[in-house]
Amino acid sequence: MEKLSFSFRKHRAPILLHAVLILISVIMVFPFVWMVLTSLKTVTESTRMAPFSFLPESFQWVNYATVWKQNDFFQLYLNTFGMVALRVLCAVVFSAMAAYAFARLTFPGKRFLFGLVLFQMMVPTQVFVIPQYLMVDAMGMRNTLFALVFPGLVSAFGTFLLRQFFMGLPKELEESARLDGCNIGQTFVWVMLPLTHSGLAALAIFTVLFAFKDLMWPLVVNTDIGAATLSSALSKIGSSYSVDYPNLMAASVLAVVPMLLLYSVFQRQFIEGIATSGGKL
Amino acid sequence: MSQFPAAERKARPTQRQWNEWRWAWGLIAPTMIGLIVLNIIPIFQTVYMSFFKSGAFGKGNLYVGLENYRTLLADTQVWSATRNTLVYTLCVVGIGTVLALLLAVALNGKLRGKGVYRTLYFIPMVATPAAVTLIWKWLYNYRFGLFNHLLSVFGIAPVNWIDDPNVAMISIVIVGIWSTLGYSMVLLIAGLQEIPRDYYEAAQIDGASAQKQFFHITVPLVSPTLFFVLVTSVITAMQVFDIVYMMLGVTSPSYDATVSLVYLFYNNSFKYSNKGYGSAVIMVLLVIILLITALQNRMQKKWVHYQ
Repeated sequence: MEKLSFSFRKHRAPILLHAVLILISVIMVFPFVWMVLTSLKTVTESTRMAPFSFLPESFQWVNYATVWKQNDFFQLYLNTFGMVALRVLCAVVFSAMAAYAFARLTFPGKRFLFGLVLFQMMVPTQVFVIPQYLMVDAMGMRNTLFALVFPGLVSAFGTFLLRQFFMGLPKELEESARLDGCNIGQTFVWVMLPLTHSGLAALAIFTVLFAFKDLMWPLVVNTDIGAATLSSALSKIGSSYSVDYPNLMAASVLAVVPMLLLYSVFQRQFIEGIATSGGKL
Repeated sequence: MSQFPAAERKARPTQRQWNEWRWAWGLIAPTMIGLIVLNIIPIFQTVYMSFFKSGAFGKGNLYVGLENYRTLLADTQVWSATRNTLVYTLCVVGIGTVLALLLAVALNGKLRGKGVYRTLYFIPMVATPAAVTLIWKWLYNYRFGLFNHLLSVFGIAPVNWIDDPNVAMISIVIVGIWSTLGYSMVLLIAGLQEIPRDYYEAAQIDGASAQKQFFHITVPLVSPTLFFVLVTSVITAMQVFDIVYMMLGVTSPSYDATVSLVYLFYNNSFKYSNKGYGSAVIMVLLVIILLITALQNRMQKKWVHYQ
C-alpha cells in the first residue's frame, strides 16, 4: 500500500501535466480541424443547428473547385510565391553583404550608418507605408510583382541579425585566408559566408514567415485581385462570401496549406531558426 | 608629440585602408541606399505630410500646419484607438508571455513528447493571420458558430462574440494570444536551455522548493530572453491590424471598441484617402512606441541580469 501510493505520487504530476498540455494542443490545432471540416460541408449543413453537424455528411470537394475557379488561386499562388522568393533572395544577399562589412571591416561612417540600421528597426513599419506607396505609384508600378517586393528589397533586421553571426566567428580564419592571398570579397564569399549558414537559414525562414503574413502592404499597393497575394485576396473573399462559410473555409485552407506543408517538412529548421535568432538579438 | 603619427594616419589612409574602405562601402551600398530611400526619407516625408490636408481631388495638398494634430486631439476615435491598442497590447503581452513562460518551463524538462507539443503550439504562428481570423470569426459566429452551439448544449445563452462592443476586444485578444503563444514559447525554451543544470542541482541539495527555484534561478537567468520577448511582443502588438481588420468592418457596432491605431491609420490614409491625417495618426503610434522602448530600456537595468 505504501509503495503503491508512493508510485502514484511520483507519476501524478506528469499525468496532470500531460493532460494540460494535450488540452492546449487541442486548442492550438482544433481551429484548423474545424476549418477543414467546414470546408467539406454544404452551406445548409454548416448552418444547421439541430441536429448540429460535426463531421461532414458527405465530403463536398466541389467547394475547393468552386473557390479555385472563382478566385484564380493559381495566380494568387504565383504572386505570393514570387513575392516571398524575391524578398528572401534580396534580404539574404544584401543583408549578408552589409552585415559582413559592419561586423568585420573598419571604414569611415560605420557607426553612423549602423545607427541608421538600428533606428529603422525601432520605427513601426506603417510609418513607411504612405511614402512607399507614393513611390510605387509614381513609378507606375502598382499591381505588379515588383510592388509586392518593394518594401522588402533590403532588410535592416537581416543586417543586424547576420552581423551578430559574423561577429561570433573566429578572426584567425579570416586572417589565414587573407594571408593565402584572398581579397576581401573572396574571403567573404568563400570563407565567412559558408560558416554563417545557420544565420542565413534563420533569416530566410523569418523572411518567408513574415512575407507570407503581410497583409496591409499588398492590400494597399495591389488593389487588383489578379495582382493580390493569398492574404490580401482572403480579405476580399471574406467580404464577398459573407454567409458561404464552407467556401470561405475552403479558401482559407488553400491559403494556409503552403506554409503548413513547408512547416511540416522543415519543422526543426523553423523552430531552430526562430530560437537562434532570438538568442542572437 | 605622440598624437602626430595617429593624426597623420587618419588624414592620409594607406593603400591597404583604402582597399578595405572601398570593399566595405561597396558591400553596404545596396542595403544603405535601400534603407535611406525606403525607410529613412519616408520617416521625414510622413512627418512632413502630417502638416498637410490631402483631399480626394487630384494631388493638391494643402498646408494646414498643426491642424491635423488639433483635429487628432479632439477626435474621440483617436483616443479610443489609442486606448484599444494599449489594452490589446497589455492583455496579449501580459497573459501571452506568462503562459509562454509556463509552457516553456514545462517543455524544458525531461518530458516525453515535448518535441511534439512544441511543434503543435507553433502551428498558429505559420498560418497567415488573414486566414486565422476568418476561422475564428466562423467559430465566433453568433447564429451558426461552434462556440455558441457548445454554450447552448450547456443551456447558456449565446454570446455576441464580435458585434457586442463589450465582448469584441476579449475575442480579439484571444486570437492574438493564440497566434503568438508558440513564438514566445520557442524563444523562451531557447533561453532556458542556456541555464546550466548544476544551478538547479545545487538548489535541490540546499532544499529549495520548485517555486523557489523558478523565481530565484529560472526567472533571473532567463531574464535577457524574457526581456527580448517582451520588447518584440510589445512592438508587434502595438501594430495590431490584421486581426481587427479581418474580424470586423467599420460598420460593426464594435468598431469603436476595437479599432486599433494602425487600423485607423489605414482607414484614414487609404479608405478615406486623407494621407495627411493618416500620417498624423501614425505619428501617435510612433511616439508611443519610442516612449515604451525608452522606458523598457530604462527598466531593463532593474530586473534583467546579463551574465
